[in-house]
Amino acid sequence: MLKPFFADLHMHTCLSPCAEIDMNPREIVSASLAKGLDIIAITDHNSAENVEATKRAAKGTGLEVLAGMEISSSEEVHVLALFESPETARVLQEMVQENLPSGENDERLYGHQIVVNEFNEVMGFNKRLLIAATNLGVHIIVDRIRSLGGISIASHVDKEAFSILSQLGFIPDDLTFDAIEMSPRVRRSEAETAFKELKRFPWVSFSDAHYVSDIGRRVTTFILREATLSEMKRALSRSDGRNLFWD
Amino acid sequence: MNIRDVVGPLSLKVKTTKGDLEHTITGCYISDLLSDVMANAKEGEVWITLQTHPNIVAVAALKNLSGIIITNKRTPEEETMRKAEDERIVIAVSPLSTFEAGGILYKMLQC
Repeated sequence: MLKPFFADLHMHTCLSPCAEIDMNPREIVSASLAKGLDIIAITDHNSAENVEATKRAAKGTGLEVLAGMEISSSEEVHVLALFESPETARVLQEMVQENLPSGENDERLYGHQIVVNEFNEVMGFNKRLLIAATNLGVHIIVDRIRSLGGISIASHVDKEAFSILSQLGFIPDDLTFDAIEMSPRVRRSEAETAFKELKRFPWVSFSDAHYVSDIGRRVTTFILREATLSEMKRALSRSDGRNLFWD
Repeated sequence: MNIRDVVGPLSLKVKTTKGDLEHTITGCYISDLLSDVMANAKEGEVWITLQTHPNIVAVAALKNLSGIIITNKRTPEEETMRKAEDERIVIAVSPLSTFEAGGILYKMLQC
């Protein structure tokens, strides 16, 4: 039976230097449940190291946690990658981190990059410059996500920084994102007017939470049989009654 | 002043063969945000950028720019080169930083 699933598939944990320290697995799970979410994705900058801890923290609660990452391309375009399994996300993470500039994160300038377990215990610090851009072009990133069976989404296309439109002016025809994301700053009606030329893509909108209080501030409703990535792919192509919407 | 005149001063290597090197340079615009270039660059200006993506050709053609200078030893992508030849847009690369290239061009354009 098809039913609605409330999804917030773009949020950062304490591993992203720009996110607050309280964005840890237990807080994220309890805030997501309090907001009535069914599916979330953990999408830290250029890393998926807190995905499994959040997945374990959600065990038994009914909350589905997808493995994700927000990758910075060489053009400084942000791309969301979503996967069913943390193992696949780790494969992509390896490629992403091999292509980050050398140098260490300066915690005073950018913030902490904390790897935690499902009990919120600090397991270590990622020392890489996760906030930096990789030297991977956006086409290579989108192709790789597809070949690994994931979903690629152009992040916050309405923003004036780090979006495909700000960096590259327009989306080239041969760049086949599975969806584009509108940030919570833009209303559906405004987006309909401002981004007419992007109607060829499915649109989603998520919180891009960096603070616990942001979680669920924007939600996309998926009509699915169950909370799986393959069902979500069918919703993106609006096949077999699967669908999605936000407002 | 045209692209040919700035090849020496900016240590340019012209990568395209079909663009017009005699195209008059009326000014210069410097930006790595293509949305900004689409909004603010003016016809005839030469564009200095770090971006190497094929979209730079479409933007330069759209705005009738006199050419694209890619700085800091970056190399245009293959697809970018193919599109530039199709559109007859000049692409040149410079080992200089954007600051140095812009500074030299600024001086030359003052005379």
